[in-house]
Amino acid sequence: MKKIMLGNEAVARGAYEAGIKFVSSYPGTPSTEITEEIAKYPEVACEWAPNEKCGAEAAIGCSVRGGRAMTCMKHVGMNVCADPLFTASYTGVNGGLVFCVADDPGMHSSQNEQDSRNYARASKVPMFEPSDSEECRTFTKYAFEFSEKYDTPVIIRLHTRVSHSRSVVDTAEPEPAVVKDYVKDPVKYVMMPAYAIGKHVVVEERTEKIIADVEADPEGAGLHKIEMRSTSLGIITDGAAYQYVRDALPDASVLKLGLVWPLSSKVIKDFAARVDRLVVVEELDPFLETEIKAMGVECEGKDLFTLQGEYTARLIKEKLTQEALPESAFDVAALPSIPGRPPVLCAGCPHKGLFLALKRLKVSVTGDIGCYTLGALPPMQAVDTVVCMGASVGMAHGFDKATDHEASKNTVGVIGDSTFLHSGVTNLMNAVYNDSRITLIILDNSITGMTGHQQNPSTGKNIRLEAAPAVSLERLCESLGVRPEAIRVVDPVDTFECEKVIREELDRDVVSVVIARRPCALIPTGRAKKGVEAVVDYDKCKKCGACGRIMCPALIIDENGFPVIDAESCNNCGLCVNMCRFGALSKTEE
Amino acid sequence: MDNGINASIVLAGVGGQGTLIAGKLLGILAMNLGLDVKVSEVHGMSQRGGSVVTYVKIAPEVHSPIIEEGTADFILSFEEVESVRWAKLLKKGGTMIVNTQQIKSLPVLLGQMKYPQDIIGTLQVNAGDNAKIIPVDAAGLSLETGTTKAANIVMLGALSNYFGASEDEWKKAIEEAFASKPKTIPGNLSAFDKGRKAGQV
Repeated sequence: MKKIMLGNEAVARGAYEAGIKFVSSYPGTPSTEITEEIAKYPEVACEWAPNEKCGAEAAIGCSVRGGRAMTCMKHVGMNVCADPLFTASYTGVNGGLVFCVADDPGMHSSQNEQDSRNYARASKVPMFEPSDSEECRTFTKYAFEFSEKYDTPVIIRLHTRVSHSRSVVDTAEPEPAVVKDYVKDPVKYVMMPAYAIGKHVVVEERTEKIIADVEADPEGAGLHKIEMRSTSLGIITDGAAYQYVRDALPDASVLKLGLVWPLSSKVIKDFAARVDRLVVVEELDPFLETEIKAMGVECEGKDLFTLQGEYTARLIKEKLTQEALPESAFDVAALPSIPGRPPVLCAGCPHKGLFLALKRLKVSVTGDIGCYTLGALPPMQAVDTVVCMGASVGMAHGFDKATDHEASKNTVGVIGDSTFLHSGVTNLMNAVYNDSRITLIILDNSITGMTGHQQNPSTGKNIRLEAAPAVSLERLCESLGVRPEAIRVVDPVDTFECEKVIREELDRDVVSVVIARRPCALIPTGRAKKGVEAVVDYDKCKKCGACGRIMCPALIIDENGFPVIDAESCNNCGLCVNMCRFGALSKTEE
Repeated sequence: MDNGINASIVLAGVGGQGTLIAGKLLGILAMNLGLDVKVSEVHGMSQRGGSVVTYVKIAPEVHSPIIEEGTADFILSFEEVESVRWAKLLKKGGTMIVNTQQIKSLPVLLGQMKYPQDIIGTLQVNAGDNAKIIPVDAAGLSLETGTTKAANIVMLGALSNYFGASEDEWKKAIEEAFASKPKTIPGNLSAFDKGRKAGQV
């Protein structure tokens, strides 16, 4: 049946059609919707794991026990689960096992632009790369069969433009999920030196076998496409770049690699021999180009094309043709300069009050990954560092160690509830264990916000919104050794109380945790009732501008200096009310 | 554009204005017409009140999902400043439909920049005969249907005047796109009619 599907939705569909038993993932743009879509198939066991390593290990377990399993992540998530990935390559599988990773060239929503293909080569795990939604479905479905046939995990690599583009797919009936028999086999599944030495041999033989099978029938499995057109120019490409090549160079011959690891030198040499000029068009690293050159095949690539960002048909046309480029209907240089529109913290966002307190305290802030990363931008500009998930805690500890505790008097780590559970917990354990004096602020908004509101182990709900046990952050911190008196809970809307409590904890000579607790304004528990909003008493307003400094999208200062509340977007949180010293603002009672 | 079977449409707006749903609806419409289609969205960070853009490409065969400079047949801008931000994508002879709503962004709220005046007039002078620019009060017309949320469907109604699909095909696509929220269908159909009327010039 023909349907229009997001690439991520089509990956989920392919896995469902393959009879998948279990999916365990941590959310991350642009991969999140895969797991959300799987959750809509009630027969598939599906969950949000606290981090990618947990997700991968659970998937490996399901595979070994005989069920087809998948774990999905954004590119940086693959760093977190690299450890299990590399050794799952040695154990191989029982039920088919797929790691699905979504890269983000152009960094629409990421902290770096790493190229996941390097993981396939380093872990010796085959990698498939679809270019549109239908390929997302068919490649994913085939990945499970391939995984079992060659006794290997398979990585599916997506791009933002594949994950987040909708195109037509032709769905098929699902196969029933079959859980194979499990047979104890320590030589296969216990990776200690004595057995792993033997398994490494198997891994290298496996790679050779895959290459030999591809060479026997390069287009056989539908992964590679060899499209011969004019032979004056031949392009080797993969993933999203294939689509740009087809738009830019409709007459060029194209070798589209759907299996980007391992690479067959025969397939590449055969194609190279049929064209006069060979160019590799691939986003990010010269991954294919380096391999192709190592095969002794001459080609062009990154001497023409950038290592950075997304490619476009225009860029390819510019580099490889003499054609005139399309011109805009407008005289672009003469268009008026316009204000930018950066993402902002929402109306009613609980992070605002906390960041205002940090700004007044003039502390250094080691930050983390989430909506609250926006605290680094104007107007707050409160965040000093952001590296990766969980780094806020470890880096605050490093500040402490660099200064013999001195920095801990004016440094805080800031981390969200989901990110804390992802990889902040072990860092906090380390800080307590190793005599740190850090103050950690956990922004507990009861959801994983930035990726679009996924549940986590502290929210009391699972991926299907069924009731689940909830981690108590206070008791967790206490069990790690944080002293009970140094665990404080505040409401971030009470921005001045936050300031006072954080000041007290900065002065304390042990590890402190301040939990700033209020649900995200976009989830039901954090959203105000319809028709309630902050109200202004213009007789009391002195036009001091304090309420404007919170930069709430629901509060605009008019040309006369008075605040105006946008009833539609106001969430009645009361932060502006707390900012006003003259009692000119008040909340509506709910 | 060949009677609507070969069209690149840019949907530009501010996070939360419903551009994603409009893109999805165009995808359904194209598929019902038996055409190939790609709809490219950006999720995540930029949804937090930032500038968002969705590309829709409809043709017998579509490759790249991205619409590049000078190649859009249509730009549907859901906010005035956003029409300037994405203007370069419009091809010569293209049509731009602008929702005359103004949403002040952070640099304006901070007083670092002024919100530009008379954007529609400026765009018209700039493009001359190279583009047709059609202002539509989509926010106001949406409100007439009892909700602020149907401005995206008003915009599609305006587009429908210039696009080779019949009114029935459009309405069928609306019904399919909102099948999971049947209560909203009559309001959206009414928003479509208002947009279709307002977009006629």
